[in-house]
Amino acid sequence: MQDQLVIAGKAYNSRLLVGTGKYRDFEQTAQALDASGCDIVTVAIRRVNLGQNAGEPNLLDFLPRNRYTLLPNTAGCYSAEDAIRTLRLARELLDDHRLVKLEVLGDSGNLFPNVKETLKAAEVLVAEGFDVMVYTSDDPIIARELEQIGCCAIMPLASLIGSGMGILNPWNLKLIIEQSSVPVLVDAGVGTASDAAIAMELGCDGVLMNTAIAAAGNPVLMAHAMKLAVEAGRAAYCAERMPKRFYSAVPSSPSEGVISSRKP
Amino acid sequence: MQLRINGEMKEFARLATVAELVQALEIGGKRIAVELNGEIVPRSQHAVMALADGDELEIVVAVGGG
Repeated sequence: MQDQLVIAGKAYNSRLLVGTGKYRDFEQTAQALDASGCDIVTVAIRRVNLGQNAGEPNLLDFLPRNRYTLLPNTAGCYSAEDAIRTLRLARELLDDHRLVKLEVLGDSGNLFPNVKETLKAAEVLVAEGFDVMVYTSDDPIIARELEQIGCCAIMPLASLIGSGMGILNPWNLKLIIEQSSVPVLVDAGVGTASDAAIAMELGCDGVLMNTAIAAAGNPVLMAHAMKLAVEAGRAAYCAERMPKRFYSAVPSSPSEGVISSRKP
Repeated sequence: MQLRINGEMKEFARLATVAELVQALEIGGKRIAVELNGEIVPRSQHAVMALADGDELEIVVAVGGG
């Protein structure tokens, strides 16, 4: 059986989830998504521009529904109420779509989540039948509460949204991974392929990223790199790495039969 | 009649339903979702959901985001 990521009862082949913001245009978005091999893509919900060309291209036209599972987010929401309203609109927009990404922000500068509002929103959304993948801080206590509420995936930040600073606190992530019985995905902070691999080697079930790909010099190539990194990191995790031996080297080649008789 | 749409007051000749508003705004070709006075209006109800002076609407689309 393939090593699939199961979220809310549905199996996905890719453990890389990709955002659709900040690309040059929709063609580049589509190419990057294709190169990433992702199955789940995030979208944002925004007020329609009034007085705009009716013929203007729409993101959804570039995302084949039979290929990608859309994950509408609540980016930009600073209260539980706004997040809930946004996802109710998303459910209507996407024809009774249930899988959502909840994020309630607390500060427009550092984009840290407001965990109190996040918990409130999660309660309501789970009760309304949404499958809630939740962006949160890397606090294991809050992560546990979100799981107890019924969120279908816990998505702690690795570092600030859009910062590319990588995995700043692997120990907290590890605590969350070890206590959780739903998938744990790093959401936010990945900057390059090694960050994604480290997240997966820690035992994360997946990684969600946007800026690391979109803001790369070559987004399509970086999307490919991220695909490989997530696969490599996952394989390394499943393979169970060797234990670290601190200050103690062990040769890989036989110690016997060396032609020199000199020992240090 | 006056409607507040996406936070802005707008003046319209009489519009009977959400569907008529969508047409008047020329956004009928877009994939949208509509909220009227805080409640979702399902697409199937656009043609019958009546509008009244002073109603507040949010009309949204999906855009790129992470």
